[in-house]
Amino acid sequence: MINPKNIHASEPDASLDRVDGPVKVTGTAKYSAEYQFGQLTYAVLVTSSIAKGKIKSINASKAEKAPGVLTIIHHLNSPGIPGYPVVKQPAERAPLGTAFRVFYDELIYFNGQPVAMVVAETFEQAVHAASLVQVVYEVEEHQTDFEANISKAEMAPSVRRSKNSPFQDYDRGTTDAWKNAEVKISATYTIPTQHHQPLEPHAIIAVWEAADKLTVYDKNQGVKSAQGNLAQTFKLPRENVKVISKFIGGAFGSGIRVWPHTVAAVLAAKKLNRPVKLVLGRELMFTSVGYRPYTVQKIEMGATKAGMLIAITHEGIGQTSQYEEHLERTILASRAMYACPNVSTRYRLLSLDVNTPTWMRGPGDATGMFALESAVDEMAFALNMDPLEMRLKNHADSDPERNLPWSAKSLKACYLLGAEKFGWKNRALAPRSMKSNGWLVGYGMASSLYGFHRHPSKAKAIMLADGSVVVQSATMDIGPGTGTAMSRIAAKVLGVNPRKVRFEMGDSSLPDAPGQNGSSTIPSVGSAVHVVCESLRNKLVTLAEGMPGTSPSYANILKYHNLSQLEATEESKSGPERDQYSMYSFGCHFVEVHVKPLTGEVHVKKVVTCADVGKIINEKTARSQSIGGVVGGIGMALMEASVMDHRYGRYITSDLASYHIPVHADIPQIEVHYIDKPDMLVNPIGSKGLGEIAIVGVAAAVANAVFHATGKRVRELPITLEKLI
Amino acid sequence: MAEEFPAENEPALLHENRRLFLKQSVTLAGLALAPTPFFGPAALNVEEIPGGDAENVKLSISVNGVKKSLSIDPRVTLLDLLRERLALTGTKKGCDFGQCGACTVHVDGQRVLSCLSLAVMQQDKKVVTIEGLGKLDQLHPLQEAFIKHDGFQCGYCTPGQLMSAACCIREGKAGSEAEIQEYMSGNLCRCGAYPNIVNAILEVKNSGQKV
Repeated sequence: MINPKNIHASEPDASLDRVDGPVKVTGTAKYSAEYQFGQLTYAVLVTSSIAKGKIKSINASKAEKAPGVLTIIHHLNSPGIPGYPVVKQPAERAPLGTAFRVFYDELIYFNGQPVAMVVAETFEQAVHAASLVQVVYEVEEHQTDFEANISKAEMAPSVRRSKNSPFQDYDRGTTDAWKNAEVKISATYTIPTQHHQPLEPHAIIAVWEAADKLTVYDKNQGVKSAQGNLAQTFKLPRENVKVISKFIGGAFGSGIRVWPHTVAAVLAAKKLNRPVKLVLGRELMFTSVGYRPYTVQKIEMGATKAGMLIAITHEGIGQTSQYEEHLERTILASRAMYACPNVSTRYRLLSLDVNTPTWMRGPGDATGMFALESAVDEMAFALNMDPLEMRLKNHADSDPERNLPWSAKSLKACYLLGAEKFGWKNRALAPRSMKSNGWLVGYGMASSLYGFHRHPSKAKAIMLADGSVVVQSATMDIGPGTGTAMSRIAAKVLGVNPRKVRFEMGDSSLPDAPGQNGSSTIPSVGSAVHVVCESLRNKLVTLAEGMPGTSPSYANILKYHNLSQLEATEESKSGPERDQYSMYSFGCHFVEVHVKPLTGEVHVKKVVTCADVGKIINEKTARSQSIGGVVGGIGMALMEASVMDHRYGRYITSDLASYHIPVHADIPQIEVHYIDKPDMLVNPIGSKGLGEIAIVGVAAAVANAVFHATGKRVRELPITLEKLI
Repeated sequence: MAEEFPAENEPALLHENRRLFLKQSVTLAGLALAPTPFFGPAALNVEEIPGGDAENVKLSISVNGVKKSLSIDPRVTLLDLLRERLALTGTKKGCDFGQCGACTVHVDGQRVLSCLSLAVMQQDKKVVTIEGLGKLDQLHPLQEAFIKHDGFQCGYCTPGQLMSAACCIREGKAGSEAEIQEYMSGNLCRCGAYPNIVNAILEVKNSGQKV
């Protein structure tokens, strides 16, 4: 038996440059709308200008006569979607839990709803013709104002039905114990609707290869789930639907679901029997692909004078549409974050005449931890205690919610490392006491956590005759660098240079993998890649037995056995450890802000972020992911808000000039540190997810720094300057 | 290739070009309102002009050093000309409103938002896109630096960042971290690669390499 370690050279230790770097910097990486087809047609959506009511009539005759127009589809002439139920006469409002059906009936559920689609030979012709489609509505009174309707919030029907739902009312210890504590605080925190707004708008090219065979080049975060969804919607055998999503220009959650515009493009391509390209205009990115829901949270907290938490109550109300529930982890962090004997949580939904929200980076926890970590800061202030000391004092050494040990937790080490690198010891305790060049200076910090998610994943590894390796899995890369990390994992197991590994993904015909969401890609697919490469290595070792020489190369093993290639396929998934341990990623952020006293202008001057996610696979790309999360959190804290004109139920921030996201000048250098200690209880690679904890807590750290700088506690995001003067 | 253009551009030129752009825009708007059937028979009805079957307009343009004689719909933006007619999809459509910078290209050596530029206004102009900045086998120094500093994640804003970065250096506005941050702020990155982008630009600027 040959020692596998002798088979080939070992991997280099340095971080890998992004494997798709060259194609991305040269503009040769192909995103969804960039595939070339003869006979390509262009689709443009016509969307509703009212928030609730009915379409009385659609006059498309002028548009139909416009040059280049091929078809105009709406509910009156739709060829129909096979997976939709028969339309009721008269039309009935869809019950809660019904995904939006495009061009289905005359009912309007939200402003911006697609009501017609124009397809033309050119984009310009389609845009013009879309402007000629006349839609007359019967307007009904709508409700889009969260604050005005908050009293109507209720427990989601699906939660009421399910006793085991994590969103059931939760009480640990004594309810309302905070009221009897020595020191108590009570505060309400508001997060406005925020949008993902990836730089690449959502786009699709739909191509029917045959009457029952569909290929879509689509921007999404899961080719397999998109394949399943489209197969069901168009009543096709799953294997007849192919979804290609090789490069995705950011998504942050907006691509987890298959949205109505995708279905519309597929429908039009079917009708025309020609490829149809649909790229959402930036304004449609506000009403077509979900958003982080408007959320109001109330936290009540009690502690001893020594700073020990006695009780937390955390109530959250999130926004959803009239046709679907959208549940988020909003209040869940309060159950697990601190060693606190009395914890109560309540979670309610408020249905409004809007489109359905969806998961946005750090879903639920980014929202909930803004409230919890702001409240802890408020409590520390009430106690006249250092906020870091407060967190160290109340550190949960085991999971207080599930009464289980953590699989691994180095949060204390994160706190201490971050504090040291940041220079936290220089922080004056009193707010508004530090100044620099006429600016108020504030130091703030917050914790981060996100649950561990690992889904069953398959991967295939192929050793080629020249000793190079192809690894395949239907996973995705929306930006973090999946291919780079997977190449690294494969290279390590096989003992080859990572440059000799090619990782293929973003194609639904590859082995089953989950979509890229919930920080699950490395834990799930990374494990499958590890396992399949072990399997391939074992096959090669077996073949090497009996060969002359002690250390044949992979290429020689294949040559000796007259093989053009050798492959292995494996599946990897969680085992009973999920019930024995509580698994989370942890982290913390330290932020320095400068605030101009006269204008209230806030500049983030320094950020140190620390993460405890088990083993870091490729530090270079991981750092970028951490930096990106912090940047997203700064946007959430200081500028992002989707503002609606409730007279019309329509967003008035419907472009990137009015929906502000951070620009170069808003972002300083960001320092990233990792504990980098493998957690071998969670999976064979010892690695947990990073994408979400990078943003969770950042908004609170910024808000806490602003409080420290100014003495003003802003509980309603974003912290814009008028709130500080 | 980038060598066709001067390494430094006078800031005054920028303003001149802006004035020219405004003048041209005004001229075009004037045409659209004029009662004469400039766009052909179907345009007789003034109301129909913006979207009628506008007669194609001849355009002579140089793209990445290749001269092209085209006949195009006057409504086509430079961005859509590149992406939809010339299959040069390296230039990205992010917002179509000039608010994100993803569509940045060089026109006669200046950084220009191609989504806000009508293609027919580029008569005899020299356009350089990301495909003309460097090649897979011969990367531009900025492209190499972006890879080294990991100045991107999803890669969608990257071509625009690179085209803008080249001009930022040529304009003499890459003297410090703060200056780069200011003069690159028209190029949005939602993945948040900003610090890495700034580090890449600063390194290329300080190396003194020709961009």
